[in-house]
Amino acid sequence: MEHHEQPEPLSQAELTAMRSSLTHGRLAMTRRSLLRASGIAAAATAGLGALSGCGIPPAGRTDAGRSEDHSKAEKRINFSNWTEYIDVTDDGKHRPTLEAFTKRTGIAVKYTEDINDNDEFFGKIQAQLAAGQDTGRDLIVLTDWMCARMISLGWIQKLDPANLPHAYANLSPQFRSPAWDPGRAHSYTWQGIPALIAYNKKATGGRKVDSVSQLLEDPKLKGRVGFLTEMRDSVGLTLLDMGKKPEDVTADDFDAAIARLQKGVDSKQIRRFTGNDYTTDLDKGDLAACVAWAGDVVQLQNDNPDIEFAIPKAGCMTSTDNLMVPNKARHKANAERLIDYFYEPKVAAKIAAYINYVCPVEGVREELAKIDKEAARNPLIIPDEEMAERSHSFRALSAKESKAFAQKFSDLTGA
Amino acid sequence: MSTTEAPAPPAEPEAEPLDIRKAPTRKRLVPYWLLLPGILWLLVFFAAPLVYQASTSIQTGSLEDGFKVTWHFATYLDAIAEYWPQFLRSVLYAGTATALCLLLGYPLAYLIAFKAGRWRNLVMILVIAPFFTSFLIRTLAWKTILADGGPVVGVLNSLHVLDVTSWLGLTEGQRVLATPLAVVCGLTYNFLPFMVLPLYTSLERIDPRLHEAAGDLYARPATTFRRVTFPLSMPGVVAGTLLTFIPAAGDYINAELLGSTDQKMIGNVIQSQFLRVLDYPTAAALSFILMAAILTMVTIYIRKSGTEDLV
Repeated sequence: MEHHEQPEPLSQAELTAMRSSLTHGRLAMTRRSLLRASGIAAAATAGLGALSGCGIPPAGRTDAGRSEDHSKAEKRINFSNWTEYIDVTDDGKHRPTLEAFTKRTGIAVKYTEDINDNDEFFGKIQAQLAAGQDTGRDLIVLTDWMCARMISLGWIQKLDPANLPHAYANLSPQFRSPAWDPGRAHSYTWQGIPALIAYNKKATGGRKVDSVSQLLEDPKLKGRVGFLTEMRDSVGLTLLDMGKKPEDVTADDFDAAIARLQKGVDSKQIRRFTGNDYTTDLDKGDLAACVAWAGDVVQLQNDNPDIEFAIPKAGCMTSTDNLMVPNKARHKANAERLIDYFYEPKVAAKIAAYINYVCPVEGVREELAKIDKEAARNPLIIPDEEMAERSHSFRALSAKESKAFAQKFSDLTGA
Repeated sequence: MSTTEAPAPPAEPEAEPLDIRKAPTRKRLVPYWLLLPGILWLLVFFAAPLVYQASTSIQTGSLEDGFKVTWHFATYLDAIAEYWPQFLRSVLYAGTATALCLLLGYPLAYLIAFKAGRWRNLVMILVIAPFFTSFLIRTLAWKTILADGGPVVGVLNSLHVLDVTSWLGLTEGQRVLATPLAVVCGLTYNFLPFMVLPLYTSLERIDPRLHEAAGDLYARPATTFRRVTFPLSMPGVVAGTLLTFIPAAGDYINAELLGSTDQKMIGNVIQSQFLRVLDYPTAAALSFILMAAILTMVTIYIRKSGTEDLV
């Protein structure tokens, strides 16, 4: 860039001329320059004002979220769900259960697969809900801990039991009354998701992997072990392995479990913390063994006979994804009708046969056996007593705990 | 980047210099009307979010109680104290990837500009072709390419290359995935076109007769490159390195998918703080620190490299 030469010292005459120019010449302080200066000052003040004017209001816990229901006039419902989480015909163009619902009730379902991650989806709708606005969605599906957060923030509408006779009658006892939503006042289970251990027989050399201790300590698995970025599943399984119950985890228990996982990270035993992308790693054998979601395992097993799963003796974690109606939704009654429809065993069986997660509907076994005998016997789809007994869930955390735990887990994963 | 106003080009003295002060009002306003869409866009989608984030970075609170501006600047210091390793790593990885992009991209751009002849357009399309698929898919493809049992790792292993890189701390045991090498490879691959395009633009502008002239003056090809071609392509080098380094430093996809816990970059921290920990102030402060750090580095770099106009 430019290099300025040292200016020569000014002569007396030049200095005088310069001084007078400040008051008389072109550079003199005129009305215009004063205005300009005060304009800049005003802009600066406005900037500071803008800075302090922002902020997020406290979450409302009033009934302000109750929306006017347009269900009668508008026979529609906007349903947001995760990808590949409902039955689709082979050509990918039709969703039979939803179409049957429309045929029966005349309510058109706009089904959007726009949920990929609980935290990301929360980030997406958080601003609207905090401001008390309609998110444009009547029915959303989120994982239990996120449901707990949203219900406690007061962003979810109470459901009307009168509209939910099937749901009330058929919800399996395992999911009936979670601590975060007693009596299912705000939510109904869409699917249950057991987190267990999966391994690739070929990559482990035929070894069985069936405990978190083995994941963390077996030298044969070094550098080829994966855990999930879903804190409650990874830490929950570790807690169970240490003989603690995730249902009543304390801060000390949590720290101990994190320390144990940290050891696995430091010793390079753990290769990565993964999201959904662990399935390809396990399929290829880059991960020999990992914490996995049962539905994925069932699907992987269809293509790769080397994939096996094990429910640890100490127990496994079962979380749930739940249907909820967010504040200001325009078609609440329609949404309730759809929830109730999903709890008819025939409908539930069709969905269960397609997506391979734990079905929360009682009496589905017989219906499912008519479609797919093998699926009806699979404890990962319809849990037997042993499976139900070994299932655990994470305690509902307060907002403060949740943040502290998330921070510790985030540090563990390196970010 | 020069702030001095360019004088009217002396090549066309007959062109009346446009003095907007003398033009009628309607004409005088034309430049402002032309600027309006751009400025509005900038205000709504850049300035406003920037102010919002600046405000967020000095707030305290939680989702339950709301966030209020408390002028809590300590967030910045805490953020640096806590996450300086990730900052350092981001600069290191992005810097390495940029250097690799330059090494790979310069010969390629040179080839396209001077040697490709009628294949020029085809090669250019090949350079841009990866953009037709999503960034995420391209990065996921690298997981297959570098898979533990895959051919690439097999060859590297049998040549004992991985023993050397492991010793250097670039890889881990007999694998490439989930190591620094994989992340740097991913960054290099993903940002290579951003290096090649500006390099090509500035090389292509060089008059080939200058090369002949250098030869007539007894300059060997190497000297011609060092004294003529490279200096003339400097704007492309600067633009290319900036277009590579800046997004690479903020990237988090490559570290997320190809790296492990020890390869997390600052983008991963911001994402995690914003989405998972819900510590919006820290996430905003980290973004501003990253922005300030990059601005400082870029300013120093441009001053050192001595190019005044970028492309």
